[in-house]
Amino acid sequence: MKKFLFKRAISSAISLLLLIVAVFFLSRLTGDPTDLYLPVDASQEARDNFRAINGLDQPLIVQFGRYVWDVLHLDFGDSIRRARPALEVVIEAFAWTLQLALITMFLVSLAAIILGSLAAFKVGGFFDRIATFFSLIGAAAPDFWVAIVAIVIFSLGLGWLPTSGTGTPLHWILPIAVLFIRPFGLILQVVRGSMINALSSAYVKTARAKGVTPKKQVFVHALRNGMLPVITVIGDQAAGMLNGAVIVETIFGFPGVGKLMIDSILQRDFSVILAAIMVTAIAIFLMNILIDLAYAALDPRIRY
Amino acid sequence: MAEPLLEVRNLSVTFHTARGPVEAVRNVSWQVAPGEVLAILGESGSGKSVSASAVMDLIDCPPGEITSGEIIYRGRDLLKLSADERREINGKRIAMIFQDPLSHLNPVYTVGWQIEEALTTHGTPKDKARVETISLLDKVGIPNPEASARKYPHQFSGGQRQRLMIAMALALRPDVLIADEPTTALDVTVQAQILALLEQLQHETGMALLIITHDLGVVAEIADRVVVMNAGEIVEQGTAAEVYANPQHPYTKRLIGAAPGKGAIHDDPPTTEPILLLQNVCKKYGEFEALKGCSFELCEGETLAIVGESGSGKSTTARVLLRLEEPTSGRAMYHGRDLFALTPRELFEMRRDIQMVFQDPTQSLNPRMTVYQIISEAWAIHPEILPKARWRERVAELLGQVGLKPEHAHRYPHQFSGGQRQRIAIARALALEPRVIVCDEAVSALDVQVQAQVIELLDKLKDEFGLSYIFIAHDLPVVRDFADRVIVMQKGQIVEQGPVRDIFENPRETYTRNLLAASLDPDPEVQARRRAERLSKEVA
Amino acid sequence: MTQATESAAPEKERSGFRTWLSLLWADKLAFFAAVFLLIVLLCAILGPWLLDGVATKQNLRGRNAPPFDLSRGFMMILGGDQLGRPLLARLIVAAGNTMAVAAGAVMLAMLIGSTLGLIAGYSRGRMAELIPRLADVIMSFPSLLLAVIVLYMLDPSVGNIILVLAITRIPVYLRTTRAEVLEVRERMFVQAATVMGAPTRRIIFRHILPMILPTILTIATLDFSFVMLAESSLSFLGIGIQPPEITWGLMVSQGRPYLTSAWWLSFWPGLAIILTTLSLNLLSNWMRVALDPTQRWRLEIGARKHG
Repeated sequence: MKKFLFKRAISSAISLLLLIVAVFFLSRLTGDPTDLYLPVDASQEARDNFRAINGLDQPLIVQFGRYVWDVLHLDFGDSIRRARPALEVVIEAFAWTLQLALITMFLVSLAAIILGSLAAFKVGGFFDRIATFFSLIGAAAPDFWVAIVAIVIFSLGLGWLPTSGTGTPLHWILPIAVLFIRPFGLILQVVRGSMINALSSAYVKTARAKGVTPKKQVFVHALRNGMLPVITVIGDQAAGMLNGAVIVETIFGFPGVGKLMIDSILQRDFSVILAAIMVTAIAIFLMNILIDLAYAALDPRIRY
Repeated sequence: MAEPLLEVRNLSVTFHTARGPVEAVRNVSWQVAPGEVLAILGESGSGKSVSASAVMDLIDCPPGEITSGEIIYRGRDLLKLSADERREINGKRIAMIFQDPLSHLNPVYTVGWQIEEALTTHGTPKDKARVETISLLDKVGIPNPEASARKYPHQFSGGQRQRLMIAMALALRPDVLIADEPTTALDVTVQAQILALLEQLQHETGMALLIITHDLGVVAEIADRVVVMNAGEIVEQGTAAEVYANPQHPYTKRLIGAAPGKGAIHDDPPTTEPILLLQNVCKKYGEFEALKGCSFELCEGETLAIVGESGSGKSTTARVLLRLEEPTSGRAMYHGRDLFALTPRELFEMRRDIQMVFQDPTQSLNPRMTVYQIISEAWAIHPEILPKARWRERVAELLGQVGLKPEHAHRYPHQFSGGQRQRIAIARALALEPRVIVCDEAVSALDVQVQAQVIELLDKLKDEFGLSYIFIAHDLPVVRDFADRVIVMQKGQIVEQGPVRDIFENPRETYTRNLLAASLDPDPEVQARRRAERLSKEVA
Repeated sequence: MTQATESAAPEKERSGFRTWLSLLWADKLAFFAAVFLLIVLLCAILGPWLLDGVATKQNLRGRNAPPFDLSRGFMMILGGDQLGRPLLARLIVAAGNTMAVAAGAVMLAMLIGSTLGLIAGYSRGRMAELIPRLADVIMSFPSLLLAVIVLYMLDPSVGNIILVLAITRIPVYLRTTRAEVLEVRERMFVQAATVMGAPTRRIIFRHILPMILPTILTIATLDFSFVMLAESSLSFLGIGIQPPEITWGLMVSQGRPYLTSAWWLSFWPGLAIILTTLSLNLLSNWMRVALDPTQRWRLEIGARKHG
């Protein structure tokens, strides 16, 4: 197990390193880096000043060394707009996104697994129709559009729910609902397919021959086997949750890392962007390890 | 005869498929009494498993539909019971074991848990079930039952897994045990052990045993009575000895006639020069040694059989010889050149001379190519053999030689039966005009009658084309009829080799003797004699 | 248990196109999806060419004109936008850009991803180890965020957007192709070809590629909708396609300030997106069944029942 974690850490570190290098070269080679850090209307003097302070007038290789050194120390500099360490700003925002993502992911997984299993038990039946309908709609819906339509109906039209902020539980309903749709559709489809496979397998036939009840055939015999491919998709979707978060947080004014990134991009606050990239990448790395552990816990044939 | 315990009357089952409804069984009736062993014998597609699936309520409707019939168990028609009532009977009164126990055991639960479940499902309290499980494991011969109960199915061998299935099925001492091809995927020695276990348990509990099989040998070994099925219908039934000795229906006669191991032994192996010489060939996968220094020779025009159980290295020998895998060390001299040290160009030319026929013709033919494309591919790769203008004519000729028709050339593999597909695969190998053909279990996946036809074809082609065969098989009777010389392999080593008569009639090594003793004869009388010998040995 | 496969009844090989059409007709939803997509495709090809003038002509009196009012002409049936341009014409013209970006990205990703996957799956050398790592690196970061960051550093031109979206989708094709190749490579008919001496090129193009192509095409269809959504999201966020070019995502974004007074500005382009992606998903579902020989019977039964 330790050996596996070590190997996994190494390979992820390589991924991270490549990401760091890619960001560096994209930021340095595609134009004047002061364009990235400073406002568009910054004076030439300010630019020169900034260059001198941050060593941007030095050879590329020196800049690279300094950049890597800083990043490895999680030192991303200060946010220009907020005058606070970028990392601090990012972690604060990340906590919000994490809450949002965890709640949504929990609800999505629960709903998709139960509905998907029921759908698979009777292909073509009532639950199957519902599941297929939702998964198709869910996978096809553009979340930004759903979000604004929801605002028009529930906030502006009916006045039931607030449009933005995080104050009360009511504030969370719309963001979670919108964030829910796509992963729900996708995971539901995988659960259904995987459970159909598991239910037609030989070991379920054995269970039937043993006289096991249909409920146990589905939720004891098939489910644990059927979960293996689902776990992978849940992992992918959990990482993809950040995609949705960018949209949802922007529209609902939710102070998470997705909104922070878009804001920082519009405000050209490069330190924050860099810090956000690193924090997200590390979070995803940790989540992938959790997924691997879940996999091993579910399937005794996998031993790392 | 005692009162029947389970009786199937006039059962007809239809499956609705893409090509319209298919009647899987028509008007099937059989019965089994307590303490009796009934075998249902049939080839693939005969519908031999369908009635058993109906008994266990394992037929999915749709696409299946039971169109007529009754299944009477202790005076009640199972087909009229509710799903809950049938579940009560399943596992408790009537239990079933299957072919391929690995896929029939749930991979993510411990075997102890799975056996306990059989007990708790029908009301045994948990703690009692646990104790019972351990004693069941002990009874079916699983070593170290306490520890084994905590293991998962993948941690056992094939034979042990079937023992686990048996333990699970017998947990509640059912009246009837249905065994669907219980020993088909197992090595002969393991098969003998499993059949012996089933026999012993049946004697102890007095249950009725229904065994579904394609193998006359299994019938001869274990069955009191036999029901022969063909194309969804029962063609004949009677006591096992009677049906074998005096078959009435032409189908049964053909089936028994095709059983291998009864033909003339090849006594005059060709005394020619060896064309292929393997010297000390080794193959390692990591730490595991699949081949530990094998040396043998193949003479021109000879059929050399390599036999052995799974894991003996017989298939690895073929794969290494054909350079599908690289040997770790050793040499293979062919016409004075080492096959393992060829340049890519030389290897390409050598491919023409040594060809292979694979086990499963369904998988060895590209499903998206027509027969014409499959056979002519040989000349697309080696254009010097035949100019393109003559391809069509030559494909037709080859198809004729393997017993197919020229108009078959434009069909796809899935439109043929298993035996016909293997003929196509043989035609493909012949297209390259090879000197040596390696047949890797080339007839194992085929029904006995088809098997006999393909063997006959191979024999005929050998003389016509002056071929030499390396014939890899686990089925000893087939080897006995077909081979000139036999090599017996065990755990990556050659334990014995010699002319076919010597190996079959005077085996020197214990391993060979055990192998021969375990292989089943289709004649119930022969099996009864062997069983008596075995018992007297055990007593002594 | 084995199915009865011994019968070698010669099946009549109908002409390919008609067979597919009847299989498509067997799944009504997929059939209408295909028809809808065909219409969208025609709009995308012909629209910009025929309607460019109409779609950019401002008409101050038609500002935020409500839909279903034929008095301003047929083009205004879906209403007018904030500058009085007919929404229907704009939708049709925007279809061109939307489709072009998605098609470009999908094809690029499919080409690069499948090729890399093929190499990673077939070769046994160092490339086989390195290439999957590449997919891991790309997958280690959320695709939309990746696109956002790259587009922040490069300028958001159509070419760059296609490139960025393609890069984020490469892992999908790479991983699927690699997994399929690893499986097909071990099949016996591939080994039979090897034993005959078939060169690598022949094995890949004659034996492996035809087997995995259906899977790749199915994924590409599904992916098309994914890429469309991603492009729409980027355009909506203002870092995708820039005005005066238009795409459906951009139209939704442009209508957003008028949500309360003129909902149709955002509604129609959103509906266009949802219908197109839905159709693609339906078609992809159908393809998964139709292209799989072991599943096709489901459709064949349907086709028989209905005609």
